[in-house]
Amino acid sequence: MDLSLSTRTEGGRTVVEVGGEIDVYTAPKLREQLVDLVNEGSYHLIVDMEGVDFLDSTGLGVLVGGLKRVRAHEGSLRLVCTQERILKIFRITGLTKVFPIHATVAEAVAATD
Amino acid sequence: MAIVELRFTALPEHVRTARLVAAAVARRAGVAESVLDEVRLAVGEACLRAVGLTRQMGGEEPVTVTLDDGEGRFSIEVRDAVPQPVAAGVGGSNGSAADASGAAANGASLDVGESELGLAVILGLVDELDVKAGAEGGVIRMSWPSAKDKRGGTEL
Repeated sequence: MDLSLSTRTEGGRTVVEVGGEIDVYTAPKLREQLVDLVNEGSYHLIVDMEGVDFLDSTGLGVLVGGLKRVRAHEGSLRLVCTQERILKIFRITGLTKVFPIHATVAEAVAATD
Repeated sequence: MAIVELRFTALPEHVRTARLVAAAVARRAGVAESVLDEVRLAVGEACLRAVGLTRQMGGEEPVTVTLDDGEGRFSIEVRDAVPQPVAAGVGGSNGSAADASGAAANGASLDVGESELGLAVILGLVDELDVKAGAEGGVIRMSWPSAKDKRGGTEL
């Protein structure tokens, strides 16, 4: 399955809804999207991963890259994910310490640093 | 005992093919449904690593994936033909997570981060793991219990 991306603004944050597989083949699309958003001045991003079926280390790398970019502008990158198989990948790589992970978009929108 | 072997040119787009084939063969071998996601992810990461190393070195040799459901275990071997110095500390499973998050948090270059993340994912997922690197290339061997395994399921 390919990657689907859609963005919207919610409560002053930019929500990127991702669906499908984030792997070495599709990750560049997500990277491009995150880079574009930051270049356009969106520094508070929420990546909604509830529709993601598969995530590999390339996808993790893109999210880390996005985090680095928004942090350079004192921004934030929050994740929305409740799927155990995706959460597990963040846990085993220790990235739960790096990304704030929320159960719903509403919770992520309401969160402050 | 049955073997399926897949050889592919070191291109990122073929990693997905390798994942699909590995998951299909694992399912047929009787690997538990709950573990198939791990198999898919681990073989993808191993192939990514092999593809990355081959491309980095400008190599043209294909990556070989051997899937074997013999002796009550389903095993996967991912082999590249890139001569490497012996990798230090790759066989262990402790500390990898901290390394990956540390590299990411400290803003290490993205490429380095991805390679470390890939290894951290493999180490975190696979209990039975053997990583070898030598003059003839690198081999990652991983295995999971299959239907015929008398010892029961794997820890998740």
